[in-house]
Amino acid sequence: MKSFFLALLKSRAGLFGFLLVLVFIAGAILAPYLGLPSPTRSSLTARMVAPTWTSLFSPGAHPLGTDELGRDILSRILYGSRTTLLIAAGAVVLGGVVGTLLGIVAGYYRGMVDRILMRIVDIQLALPLMLLALLVVAAVGASSQNLVVVLALTSWLRYARIIRGQVLALREREFILSAHAIGAGTWRIMIKHLLPNVMTPVLVIATLELARIIIMDAALSFLGLGVQPPSPSWGRMLADGRVYITTAWWIVTFPGLAILLTVLSVNLLGDWLRDYFDPKLRTAR
Amino acid sequence: MTPLLDIRNLTVVFDTPAGTVHAVNDVSYTIEEGETLGIVGESGSGKSVHALSMVGLIARPPGRIVSGEVYFKGRDLLKLAPRELYNLRGKEIGFVFQDPMTSLNPVLTIERQIAEPLRRHFNLSKNQARERVVELLELVGIPNARTRIGQYPHEFSGGMRQRVMIAIGISCNPKLLIADEATTALDVTVQAQILDLVRDLKKKIGTTVIWITHDMGVVAGLADTIQVMYGGRIMERGPVDAVFEDPRSAYTWGLLKSLPHGGKRGATRLYQIPGNPPNLIEKPVGDPFAPRNAFATERCKRETPPLLQVEDGVAGHKAAAWYDLRAELKKEREASA
Repeated sequence: MKSFFLALLKSRAGLFGFLLVLVFIAGAILAPYLGLPSPTRSSLTARMVAPTWTSLFSPGAHPLGTDELGRDILSRILYGSRTTLLIAAGAVVLGGVVGTLLGIVAGYYRGMVDRILMRIVDIQLALPLMLLALLVVAAVGASSQNLVVVLALTSWLRYARIIRGQVLALREREFILSAHAIGAGTWRIMIKHLLPNVMTPVLVIATLELARIIIMDAALSFLGLGVQPPSPSWGRMLADGRVYITTAWWIVTFPGLAILLTVLSVNLLGDWLRDYFDPKLRTAR
Repeated sequence: MTPLLDIRNLTVVFDTPAGTVHAVNDVSYTIEEGETLGIVGESGSGKSVHALSMVGLIARPPGRIVSGEVYFKGRDLLKLAPRELYNLRGKEIGFVFQDPMTSLNPVLTIERQIAEPLRRHFNLSKNQARERVVELLELVGIPNARTRIGQYPHEFSGGMRQRVMIAIGISCNPKLLIADEATTALDVTVQAQILDLVRDLKKKIGTTVIWITHDMGVVAGLADTIQVMYGGRIMERGPVDAVFEDPRSAYTWGLLKSLPHGGKRGATRLYQIPGNPPNLIEKPVGDPFAPRNAFATERCKRETPPLLQVEDGVAGHKAAAWYDLRAELKKEREASA
């Protein structure tokens, strides 16, 4: 753990990503305690107020301006990050657990199980994932739980593919034969011996998937299939604000920046994690 | 007394795209409790495969046990359900594998790996298991056991890892310990230490040992009985001294002749057995060693010789040969004289 943070301190990009992710998580958690105006309270007298930094701490201040209904944009971004991050985290965990387990099962059993699972992955990869997500959301409706499941559905196959390949190689290693020789059963070998060996790739895929899922979640809500109004969501803010881009640029710019910075920071962190765990790049640490 | 292990007519094949590989052909032998059996043979002689197959450790398919019975403490292992085999492996029959570098899981601590069979078979708690793990590590000669249990395999040297493997193998006090090429990957001094350790452990816990190797020297130093295998068959078997002094199979004789003799460096070229290892894909006919054997008769090529007690040899010295090696060697000596 100590060496992990020491290595992180040495990488500017990794550290930047890590700190930014922390800021976003802190913002999402602390949103209700910052004394911000309610993200859903509209005020017709304060429509499309430009960002002002002069009276930052007065009660009516809007540091990032207000939207066409007079709602505070900073507050909407922070509250919107709560739903986005929760849905994305849920989808990453669900997709990661399912994908990893299926990958281990496919790689360990090989044969028919492997062929069926991998053909499902192939079929799903042949369809555009966005189209698949749209179809499913349109069919089952857009609640937070459904979004988690839909996004996990677009995500599990990446884990399954990569983990299957790793397990195919691992299962031939001698320590798996030794595990058989001490009387370990199939499940014990998969969970206690194979799983710890694939945790590193799982962690790296999960980070990169988190970024992809945040974009996909934003895209779905941009198209009106995400979290339903009045709950704030980043994609929705982009969709609603884009018509005012010439008159009130801040309505669409700040949520856009929020998406950009979140995805960028998560990607930087993910890239760094991948390098950190790659033994070939592990030099002089 | 019934033997601890009684293998009868074990035949194992592998179905490969190139054809059926006849890995083990009609192998039968017994081993008494407390005995140390050394099995020697070259790569592909079936020595590892027959040991792995009797406890269900070969992949099936492509492996297939065609026939045979393996009685261990009166039960036929080949007829056990998978669950019964899981309960037997590691508890009643321990294994030590060839390469200590790859036989330990790189991401688990030494403690977890040694504790696993104990927790699996005896339902020990973590703390109870830890005491036993420390005890085992001390038994196999690893200093500072209490601090080393938290370490990972890469923090151990090759010899130390093989000691860990042995600790795992004997953790549940198995009746039978099968060591498959357990010293092959180690350098000679470490090998000697491991052999000392095994001899010492045998005295302390009295386990029956099957030691599979291709090193005649290791067998000479460790085993009570030697069994020479070739082409999936037993060629010769008997008390170590008798077989080394008076080999009756041309293959054993060739192996012994190929050993370097100390002190005569550069004096003569090492002997080598002519020809190549047998192609096990064809259905074996006759004596598998016949094509490489200068003494082979017509009958060797047609009929498989049975493993029989040798003429005026010690009890239990058996060989599979149609020719009379002693007579042939005598003839050769007279011709050269």
